[in-house]
Amino acid sequence: MMTNQGNRVTQGQFSFLPDLTDAQITAQVKYALSKGWAVSVEYTDDPHPRNTYWEMFGNPMFDLKDPAGILLEINNCRKTFPNHYIRVGAFSAVRGVESVTMSYIVNRPKKEPGFGLIRQETDGRTMRYTIHSYATDKPEGERY
Amino acid sequence: MNDTNNSTNVAVLADDAPVNLEAEFEASNVKEVLDKLDRELIGLKPVKTRIREIAALLLVDRLRKQFALTSETPTLHMNFTGNPGTGKTTVAMRMAEILHRLGYVREGHLVSVTRDDLVGQYIGHTAPKTKEVIKKAMGGVLFIDEAYYLYKPENERDYGAESIEILLQVMENNRDDLVVILAGYKDRMDKFFHSNPGMRSRVAHHIDFPDYSAEELLHIAKLMLAAQNYRFSADAEKAFFDYITLRMKLEHFANARSVRNALDRARLRQANRLFANASKSLSKTDLMTIEAEDILASRVFIEGKLDSEAASTQ
Repeated sequence: MMTNQGNRVTQGQFSFLPDLTDAQITAQVKYALSKGWAVSVEYTDDPHPRNTYWEMFGNPMFDLKDPAGILLEINNCRKTFPNHYIRVGAFSAVRGVESVTMSYIVNRPKKEPGFGLIRQETDGRTMRYTIHSYATDKPEGERY
Repeated sequence: MNDTNNSTNVAVLADDAPVNLEAEFEASNVKEVLDKLDRELIGLKPVKTRIREIAALLLVDRLRKQFALTSETPTLHMNFTGNPGTGKTTVAMRMAEILHRLGYVREGHLVSVTRDDLVGQYIGHTAPKTKEVIKKAMGGVLFIDEAYYLYKPENERDYGAESIEILLQVMENNRDDLVVILAGYKDRMDKFFHSNPGMRSRVAHHIDFPDYSAEELLHIAKLMLAAQNYRFSADAEKAFFDYITLRMKLEHFANARSVRNALDRARLRQANRLFANASKSLSKTDLMTIEAEDILASRVFIEGKLDSEAASTQ
């Protein structure tokens, strides 16, 4: 059964939609800036859903007024890592929230091989299940 | 998304369709800003003329767009030169607002920086620092005060050149995203441009701020006082005019800034005078009015010396 056609990694916002265009990304960033959130760009080549901490591409950008600066940084990151997952996060520093309030993927590898299901037989007839990304069979940096 | 689609959705007008420059002018609200500029900035004829020209160009450009007469976005990077206190920073602030009204910049904020904010302290520090400032200024105006400090030819290991390089790149590639305004004293800026020819050619508008005349300075002084709810008595006005005339001949004269300092000192003396006659009950007018004696007590009159000079020798 294939519920996720094309093995596209779905995490964060908008991940079931077609890839966002630059204009759509700009609009989203503009929304984040209007809320006073600090926008950051992160990348990784390990698509496992529990891989929470991605590498930061430069520092989070505080005190920006216009999305152009962030789009510039996104494009820089795309140029450096054309075949990595790149996401944009927006951090809210409001007391009591103090966490990422928006996160969406803006770049993904051309070919996403997807995940395999691994079954582990343990005590008795108990089965344990986990998933494994085919991409991570290769060392970091050579995956896509 | 709408932003990018707008330009394609707008119907192109027929070749003989009339357009109304007046209406467009009214709609942009720019008149209000220009009037404010006229009202609040005294003198500065060449500056105002140039701002009007730029405003006119941007308005005409808008009309041309309705006929699909595309032209490249004009470069609006500017260079303000002039003596201290001639209003460079004030005009830069207004510029951001005007360009925003005309739709040339998207946000219309002003990021004011000096060398410290752009140039780093060690290798590899400058580029991220400069880029961060540029990103902050995007959608608005980046104002670099005392820009000539960026380039220090006597120290070949200075990181200023790196900062200039990044600026040049952004000024060329992100013309739609930000406007860079450089400011500094005339002679030093000339030297700066001389050693950075790339910068000179990328800055389209070189605006020279003239010194103020004594009448203009008096006018400025009255505006400054009005903003702080003070006013001159008739005698004080005459005294202040004499003060300006004398002060202009002394060294370190910084136009409007000197006027502001002189007014601050006059306010001190006024407060002191009121305090000395504390027994008398005071009216609102007393509290608002600066008398001739508050101004005539200045060292400029008595010894022909600067007030600050006298203070430091005491």
